[in-house]
Amino acid sequence: MIFHVKILVYLKEGVLDTQGKAVAKALVNAGHDELVNTRVGKYIQLWINAGTQEEAYTKAEVMCDEILVNELIEDFDIEVEHSK
Amino acid sequence: MITSVIIFPGSNCDRDVIHAISENTGTKVESVWHKERVLPEGTGLVVLPGGFSYGDYLRCGALSARSPIIDAVKEHALNEGLVLGICNGFQVLLETGLLPGAVLTNKTLTFICKKCYLRVERNDTPFTKGYKKEQVVQFPIAHNDGLYFLPPEKLENLEKNGQVVFRYCSESGKTDPEFNPNGALNNIAGITSRSGNVLGLMPHPERASEDILGGKDGVIMWRSIQRWIERE
Repeated sequence: MIFHVKILVYLKEGVLDTQGKAVAKALVNAGHDELVNTRVGKYIQLWINAGTQEEAYTKAEVMCDEILVNELIEDFDIEVEHSK
Repeated sequence: MITSVIIFPGSNCDRDVIHAISENTGTKVESVWHKERVLPEGTGLVVLPGGFSYGDYLRCGALSARSPIIDAVKEHALNEGLVLGICNGFQVLLETGLLPGAVLTNKTLTFICKKCYLRVERNDTPFTKGYKKEQVVQFPIAHNDGLYFLPPEKLENLEKNGQVVFRYCSESGKTDPEFNPNGALNNIAGITSRSGNVLGLMPHPERASEDILGGKDGVIMWRSIQRWIERE
């Protein structure tokens, strides 16, 4: 069965997000004075062949640990659903 | 001494390094494609050059750190062989775990390409023996992601262990924040492994290796390495 895995990767709290700061500046310059803060992350989608949803989750977690995420500076969230 | 310069897809400082080392030491330099699994026999120094390997996709250096040749580079480092990572090569070393830390995007929000002054914090490494302690040297930087980062406790350990080799500074050697071009923590421009045989730095010594380029402070690094290897 193929599962659609959605991974959000974002900088840990306290790690300077230069990109977020640049985007925030642009938003404020565009008149969005209500903006308080901006943090920018990455959205990674995977399609994984696995027996169960849990297995797909575990495989994605291993990929995050091995390559997709640098645990020194980043955190991540994983969502798994049946592929349409 | 044989130097192996690893070439990843997107490396672009490999030829400069090859030129700088062979011209200044007269020793043999070989290029090694990243898909190789072994280093040329007799390799004393491995250089991971600057550039934009894999287009900096995912994170700078992340994909190159998983290239087939990396296992051989790790083994070389484990056997006390010398490994030097410059700019993107430094980012690759951080991603392999051979050196601690990570780099973030420059605090200036811009790509920075300019000459920089660096203070030599340690001259007891194979790479810096020829410099005087606290000597100020000038190497250029050219990067978008050079803000060296480590969580506070680990940064403290790095400093305690004396692993910082180069720090951004003024012409007279002051390391105030205003002389820090990219926001790197503690003005860190280059660090070494605990064992001292792996060095990574964001500035480019190969671009400071002949007068026509504006300076020759990098030459001392190549000669230090040569003397170290030939004495062994």
